[in-house]
Amino acid sequence: MLDKLNEIEKTALESLEAINDQAALEAWRVANVGRSSPLMGIFSGLGKLSKEEKPVVGQAANRVRVALESALEERAQAVKNAALAKSLEEEQLDVTLPGRRVQLGRLHPSTQQLRRVMAILADMGFQVYTSREVETDEMNFQMLNFPPNHPARDMQDTFFVDAGERGDNPILLRTHTSPGQIHAMREYAATNPDNPPPIRIALPGMCFRYEQITARSEIQFNQVEGLVVGENITFADLKGTLVDFAHRMFGQDARTRFRASYFPFTEPSAEMDVECFVCRGKGCSVCKNSGWLEILGCGMVHPVVLQNGGYDPKRYSGYAWGMGPERQLMLRYKIDDIRYFWGNDLRFLEQF
Amino acid sequence: MKVPLSWLKDYIDLDGYTVEDLARMLTLAGLEVDEIKYAGLPMPTYEDGGRHEFKTSGIGWDRDKIVVAEIREVNPHPNADKLTLLDLFDGEKEQVVLTGAPNIFDLKGTGKLPNPLKVAYAKEGSTIYDGHADGLVLTTLKRAKIRGVESYSMVASEKELGISEEHEGIILLDDDAPVGMPLVEYMGDAVLSIDILPNMARNASVIGVARELAALTGRELRKPIIDYKAEGESVEKLVSIEISDPELNPRFVLGLVRDVEIKPSPYKIQRRLRLAGIRPISNVVDATNYAMLDQGEPLHAFDYDVLKERAGRKNIKISTRAAKDGEKIKTLDGVDRKLTSSNVLVLDEKGSLSLAGVMGGLETEVTDKTKNILLEGAAWNFINIRKTAKQHNLPSEASFRFSRGVHPSLAETGVKRGLQLMAEWSSGKVAPGLVDEYPLQPKDSVVEVTTKDVKRLLGIDLTVEKISELLTHLEFKCETTKVGLRVIAPPHRLDISEGVVGLADVLEEVARSYGFDNIPETRMADTLPPQIGNPVHEWEERVRDLLVSLGLQEIVSYRMTSSERESRVVSHDEYVVLANPIAPERSVMRRSLLASALESIEKNSRAESISLFELGPVFEPVKNALPNEPRKLVLVMTGLRQSLSWDVGDSPNFDFYDMKGRIELLLSGLRYTDVIYIPTDSRPFLHPGKAAEIIVDDKIVGVFGELHPLVRDKYEVGDAPILAAEFDLDVLRSVSPTYGIKAVADVPPILEDIAVILDEAVPASKVEALIRQTGGKVLTAVKLFDVYRDEKIGAGKKSLAYNLTYQSDKTMTDADAAAIRKKIVKRLEHEVGAKLRS
Repeated sequence: MLDKLNEIEKTALESLEAINDQAALEAWRVANVGRSSPLMGIFSGLGKLSKEEKPVVGQAANRVRVALESALEERAQAVKNAALAKSLEEEQLDVTLPGRRVQLGRLHPSTQQLRRVMAILADMGFQVYTSREVETDEMNFQMLNFPPNHPARDMQDTFFVDAGERGDNPILLRTHTSPGQIHAMREYAATNPDNPPPIRIALPGMCFRYEQITARSEIQFNQVEGLVVGENITFADLKGTLVDFAHRMFGQDARTRFRASYFPFTEPSAEMDVECFVCRGKGCSVCKNSGWLEILGCGMVHPVVLQNGGYDPKRYSGYAWGMGPERQLMLRYKIDDIRYFWGNDLRFLEQF
Repeated sequence: MKVPLSWLKDYIDLDGYTVEDLARMLTLAGLEVDEIKYAGLPMPTYEDGGRHEFKTSGIGWDRDKIVVAEIREVNPHPNADKLTLLDLFDGEKEQVVLTGAPNIFDLKGTGKLPNPLKVAYAKEGSTIYDGHADGLVLTTLKRAKIRGVESYSMVASEKELGISEEHEGIILLDDDAPVGMPLVEYMGDAVLSIDILPNMARNASVIGVARELAALTGRELRKPIIDYKAEGESVEKLVSIEISDPELNPRFVLGLVRDVEIKPSPYKIQRRLRLAGIRPISNVVDATNYAMLDQGEPLHAFDYDVLKERAGRKNIKISTRAAKDGEKIKTLDGVDRKLTSSNVLVLDEKGSLSLAGVMGGLETEVTDKTKNILLEGAAWNFINIRKTAKQHNLPSEASFRFSRGVHPSLAETGVKRGLQLMAEWSSGKVAPGLVDEYPLQPKDSVVEVTTKDVKRLLGIDLTVEKISELLTHLEFKCETTKVGLRVIAPPHRLDISEGVVGLADVLEEVARSYGFDNIPETRMADTLPPQIGNPVHEWEERVRDLLVSLGLQEIVSYRMTSSERESRVVSHDEYVVLANPIAPERSVMRRSLLASALESIEKNSRAESISLFELGPVFEPVKNALPNEPRKLVLVMTGLRQSLSWDVGDSPNFDFYDMKGRIELLLSGLRYTDVIYIPTDSRPFLHPGKAAEIIVDDKIVGVFGELHPLVRDKYEVGDAPILAAEFDLDVLRSVSPTYGIKAVADVPPILEDIAVILDEAVPASKVEALIRQTGGKVLTAVKLFDVYRDEKIGAGKKSLAYNLTYQSDKTMTDADAAAIRKKIVKRLEHEVGAKLRS
């Protein structure tokens, strides 16, 4: 009996050596440790053995079974490892094939730039104020210290709306977001007319100028204006705020300069230039060799404008500035044709 | 305005400053220098890679190679009739120079010239512009034989030296030009092109720019001494002026010069005028232009004898008044102009003489035969001049200045300066006195300024002395008071007010002179404002973010369109119409975002798949008032649902449900939970069977569907259906829900499927609503996973299959679920005739 067991073990282990796949393993299991295997036959024949033989054969059979089962387990693991190794070796993708894409949505570049600007201004404590796009002459010009026939109106060619005879107060498309300055000041002042609260707002929105549509000029463009009004606001604060803004927008080492300028609704007025971020001030085609880029117009809010907004210019002062997100994008990405912005060509939009 | 540096140097010492230094100073002070043109002075050189700070053009003249020379004799060329040979002395040597210049041709063969002609001589090896080339092409003079005569140098024209475009003849310098002197030393120049801001009309003159430089450099302004000998009968006895409306014409000044000899001005003057952009005409006309550029007061010269004739040899009576509507005048340019009451006329007793401040009349113009000149300097209301110049499209040096405001005090200064120059250049004799009608004298503004004001508005500490010094350079008069300064505006400035505005005006001058760059940068110390925010803007930004996350591309279209363009998809009777559109196709403000979105699809029709959105206002006209500007949102989609690639060979097109899925996700992202979709055939641009209204809280917040095939056919697009959705954002926002987050259950849910067969006509939304109602709170999710039709089910029937999710706080049993399910089936049977599908 014991010889037979030894024989079973030997044969089984030998045949196991040759097995390399899952199906053969299973067949081997059935044949060698399955119910009808010779080994199991020995277990079921134990009853017929003598008292002395029984424990000896039983123990030996058990040992063989444990040995076979552990050999099977070991072999199974080896087969699995081999299969894995094989599959790892064989299953190779062309990783350079394009991936499966879902559609990527994008914001219009102007929205993206407006958000960049507004996010910086929000950090600096400016809240967003929006107002209408079609305005009266009064709000777009007169309240902002552009009297009728003022030469400064030449700086802002205007689209007028056909709205019947309205004398000196025609309806027009706003030429800047500045009418919002008056709206905002009046709203704030209305909350406490004797002691109007301070204001720090950013006014984004679409503006319109009567121009021919060319690579350099457009009939509509976005603007972001800033307005600060308070009892202790100085030209030095204006400079500090805008220089801080320029550092956030164009880099901590961006150099700036302020040039005297003229806008009817501010005095003193200035334009802020930023050192050309393309050539670092050496002169290039983007900055037209000047080394500087005109980024924004600014100034101390004109006393007449404060007055029109409900703020006493003897007590309050303020500053305001305006800038163009499309212009900033054109400079930043060297876009040489402003018409791309409202052309809605996906080949342009998808680059942002 | 173009300002030759040599002219500025008449009035201020600029030694030690480079041209670029001056340009930079002026630019920072608000006189932006657009361009520097070098006409002789050496151009700055830069190291490799360095460029000019300003737009720069022109040439510098080589000191040794371009000099003053004199022509001593003009001889014929042996082999060419049109050429001459010049005997010329360049200060060192005699030279023979070949030229074809017409302006000395007459002297050919006349022998030694009694008065040698002074010329600009360019020697061999000098670099100048090629006079014969189109445009400006540099050339270096080399030795060559021309028709058998050796040529190695030349006598230059203005074009060759970069002074002007003039190449009709050689430059003939004034007689006092020293032979042999480097030309750059004699008349090397540079011209600053300055943009004059609307509030800086006072600087549209050489003296104005010099004054600014005086303030910026702290150097002395040396104004010209305006003086001349007067003789003969006083002009006051010969001419009178009557001003009918002083508001239109605050001042009118006339002076008289007799016995002028009309001839060209000195070359120096011609050159300066050309550099300043004005063509020299004759000494008399040049004097008016020169005086205008010098002082900023436009002048007008009348032929005195013509006026005298018109007055019947009696005293001349000049008057000014507003024109009558329909009145006519023939201006200098020969054009008959019809006038309106905005125009102002200068007249004599016979009729109109000139269109005030803009252009003179033809008849009384100065000609070659003029002997006596009546010179006008006046002040006009800038609004009238501005209107007139625009109305008649007559931009001129005069209207440029008058339409920005010229102080009446300059009328007198200007006329005197003009008379002085005429006397000097035409040997005319100035009549004593001036006829000066000055009915409306502007008050010199007085402004009180304190150091506190400077601190409060500019944020800097300046002493009274410093403020006074800065302003005095700009010719303000400053008097110290107990509290600060009393500042009196100088009599050339109209832009300084009084009171709180005057203070701002004066502080601007303080800041400019002090230098904006010298003012520190500070962070605001003021109280923070109330925090209000902008919920509408924030909500719209959320809408944008959601749409982007759903794969849509944002577009921004022109607000201006035409009713024809929009009528391809939607017609409106009324628009906000522009009075001055740039083109018919951009003549109204849009009523529809869909129209422009469809145009964008058309434009991008080559893309395999397009998903776009735009958010913004449309414009609804309101009679006699500002239009409404409701906020809208449009979504459009067309093309393939899936991008084709190496393993996607085919894809269905976007359809109704692709759009609806985006809408559902958008609305769910905006926290709307109870949204109802109702079929609609009321939108003619949508397919009647594939369109739905979107309802929240009983309000129609939007509509969407497949574009009507006939509408689609009006656009040049492919065959794929176009899906479109339009939202009224103001309405949608008005029904924004309050929203809370539900607890996430710990116990496992029970999942079940249910399929029912019912009539086609029963909308899925109704079935789902019934299921939800019946299921109650524990039925937490209902998802339609299959819609099925076949013969077995029967014609006109469909099967809808749903996953149901039951979820309660407590563990539910299958029996609990079965009970609910039974109720659902019963309800569906009862209400919509559904049968459970087995």
